[in-house]
Amino acid sequence: MVDNEIGSLTSDSKQHPMLKFMYQSWWKYVSVLILIYVILMGFLYAAPAQHILNESIRALHFHVPMWFGMMILFLISVIQSVKHLRTGDLKYDLVAAETANVGIVFGLLGLVTGMVWANYTWGSWWNGDPKQNMSAICLLIYLAYSILRSSVNDPEKRGRISGVYNIFAFCAMIPLLFIIPRLTDSLHPSNGGNEGFVVYDLDNSLRIVFYPAVIGFTLLGLWAASLRVRTRMLHYKLLKLV
Amino acid sequence: MQKLRKIFTGILLAFFHIGLLAQGPATRPEMADVMRSNGKIYVVVAIVLLIFLGIVFYLIRIDRKVTDLENRWSDKI
Repeated sequence: MVDNEIGSLTSDSKQHPMLKFMYQSWWKYVSVLILIYVILMGFLYAAPAQHILNESIRALHFHVPMWFGMMILFLISVIQSVKHLRTGDLKYDLVAAETANVGIVFGLLGLVTGMVWANYTWGSWWNGDPKQNMSAICLLIYLAYSILRSSVNDPEKRGRISGVYNIFAFCAMIPLLFIIPRLTDSLHPSNGGNEGFVVYDLDNSLRIVFYPAVIGFTLLGLWAASLRVRTRMLHYKLLKLV
Repeated sequence: MQKLRKIFTGILLAFFHIGLLAQGPATRPEMADVMRSNGKIYVVVAIVLLIFLGIVFYLIRIDRKVTDLENRWSDKI
């Protein structure tokens, strides 16, 4: 009886309008092809010549997509948390948790790559730049999310508490990354009075690599998250929870 | 444990080496080799591409393994 219910829930997530993508492979290959294009074009295609930046301008194709990917993953995560809070379905909670986890990985990689880039263009690993500081705070908020999750054993309770916290975390991320750095002076382009997305900051030879890079890295992150969701769902099935 | 420590220190020591330049500047003739042109940037491209493809290969393996587990479970229960 119970066994049959579990079996039907396996096919349930395979027919779910969004979750079914976890079991498909075409978009995973799309992400790999896009990223091969990004690596080849990012290194070899023309890039605008700028003082101080020189060839390190190409780091744009690899450093910034980490942050864009992180924000997209956190957005997906908060949507799934809201869905979980509305329905009480643990599947959404798992997706929220794992997209947030991959988002944290992306954020840490963005922070480290940003430090390397900063050392050779701004002169030191950490400049106390508002965007650097605020993104570090943002990551701490999300690290607290995963600590909160691991501190609650009951899955239902964990889903509800961490779901509410996730909404607060996302609401905290918006001013930390988008508003505060624009209110003060910042070394980052498009902050502190600098206009972003103008000819000097991001010209067309960068755009045709940068935008695919964002899509490719985000899809790669979703792939990693989907693998973790699927293993966690197997684990829940073993515990007969889903 | 002792053996493990030996292997570990061996690996660690491999990182400490002195870089030696055997060739003086401009003693070797420039060869018509794509991989050595433009400050050998293509070598870096090849390395990054290989690392990326290695990670993708690993991800594909995990994906297959998870699919296999899912199929086994849907058979069993």
